[in-house]
Amino acid sequence: MKKIRIGSGAGYAGDRIEPAVELMEKGNLDYIIFECLAERTVAIGQQDKEKDPSKGYNQLLDYRMEKILPLMAKNKVKVITNMGAANPVSAAERTCEIARKLGVSGLKIACVTGDDITDELDKYENEKVLEDGTLLKEKKDVLISANVYMGAEGITKALEEGANLVITGRVSDPALTIGPLVYEFGWNIDDNPDQMGQAVLAGHLLECAGQVTGGYFADPGYKDVPDLWKLGFPLIEIDETGAFTVTKVEGSGGLVSVDTCKEQMIYEIHNPKAYLTPDATADFSKVTFRQIGENQVRAEHATTHGRPETLKVSVGYKDCFIGEGEISYGGSNCMARAELAAEILEKRIELTGIELEEYRTDFIGCNSLYRDAISKKIGSGTPCEVRLRAAGRTKDRKNAVLLANEVEALYTNGPAGGGGAVKRVSEIVSVCSIFVPRDAVEAKVTFREV
Amino acid sequence: MKLKEIAHARTGDKGEISNISVIPYDENNYEMLKEKVTEARVAEYFREICHGKVTRYELDGIHALNFVLDKTLGGGVTRSLALDKHGKTLGMALLEMEV
Repeated sequence: MKKIRIGSGAGYAGDRIEPAVELMEKGNLDYIIFECLAERTVAIGQQDKEKDPSKGYNQLLDYRMEKILPLMAKNKVKVITNMGAANPVSAAERTCEIARKLGVSGLKIACVTGDDITDELDKYENEKVLEDGTLLKEKKDVLISANVYMGAEGITKALEEGANLVITGRVSDPALTIGPLVYEFGWNIDDNPDQMGQAVLAGHLLECAGQVTGGYFADPGYKDVPDLWKLGFPLIEIDETGAFTVTKVEGSGGLVSVDTCKEQMIYEIHNPKAYLTPDATADFSKVTFRQIGENQVRAEHATTHGRPETLKVSVGYKDCFIGEGEISYGGSNCMARAELAAEILEKRIELTGIELEEYRTDFIGCNSLYRDAISKKIGSGTPCEVRLRAAGRTKDRKNAVLLANEVEALYTNGPAGGGGAVKRVSEIVSVCSIFVPRDAVEAKVTFREV
Repeated sequence: MKLKEIAHARTGDKGEISNISVIPYDENNYEMLKEKVTEARVAEYFREICHGKVTRYELDGIHALNFVLDKTLGGGVTRSLALDKHGKTLGMALLEMEV
């Protein structure tokens, strides 16, 4: 029976490269995917592209491609990645340059676009924003970008036409895995609901790389994981029935167990009976995991219920500024001095008229993660040090700078013994979502050969 | 007994929504967890942090629960003023709940 092996070489934009190299060298792979796009990465990429039209793709593209390209030919592995971000065309061109520089040939690089609908936003100005229920036109003056979460169709098409390296913009994370599976096995949502469910599950388990092989899992004494410092990234082996095994390269660190797979399957899916992706509405409610060997878990029984009629669009916009600062206090009376510092800040904000839309203080080490009720319940007695943090949302940079400076000024003007002050002002690009009909967008594929 | 003695958890996010799984180490404890870790209890537990609805999904295939907490991440991951903008640490708080 035909079997396909797909590895995962990155779980986020800045992920490690050695585990990907290890997979390409020792994983006996057919494909490796690199998932490098978080929710607002494309919006930030669009801003980079505005400043320099040849930029806007993943910042580690050069670093990764220099390692990946020579291994592709040597090990006959095809690569699929969304490192194109806001500028897949420039990413593909840059990759050609790197290949030529390295003397790598035999590459057919596909560039998948069609997700960028920034220029068509006017058409959708009366659409409701998912997050706050306002109309999109209320953000008209601050809009930066709009990218549709595309399905796997562009990737599948690229592979059908002989590509061995596929670079996309915004596609859903599981699409990076669904694309090659649909190409290899010819599955579709109407005739193969179970196999498509397994394809989404495989993509979902692979998309965060190390998170299914013991990363983000270890909790000493409760959940021990061996050799996390050399964590191996996952690979799946799947056949035409759709059933697959999750595993990793022998000798790598980490752990593939039923529990690591359970944690990653539930991760960010919300309703397990209706996990929405552009390619399918997946149902993971009946999924089973079975340990069939050391670091080998069998995954079965995912299915699908059709696919959504609309696609989600991630809209980036210039939102606000955040000014923040931190300062530490030590000793058994540290909390009293940190509280005094917080009180001083509040009065200074009022006195100097700093304009804030929202303001928050934290005592790091005491209540910054869980606020007061839960923190008190967990409790740990008197801290020997505490770090005051103040953060405020402002309309403009000026007020954010004023707030950050007030925290720093606690050095010489505040309670005794403050140390390690830092301050930061950030311009915030946020994302919101609208939905567009599926047929309003179409994946486009272009090719370059080296 | 604290939840962490019998279960583990992982937390993720989407926009302003937090998604916390609760998975018993021993599948025989699944029914007991269903009884004890209810939507109402989780909502009460996170009342200072979660300002929306708590929905619990049951995954009978793998014996696990998934809690979805609306309006929890300070206006959304991209604009939250919190130190942990993604709320990734919330699962560990839930595991401190008495059951």
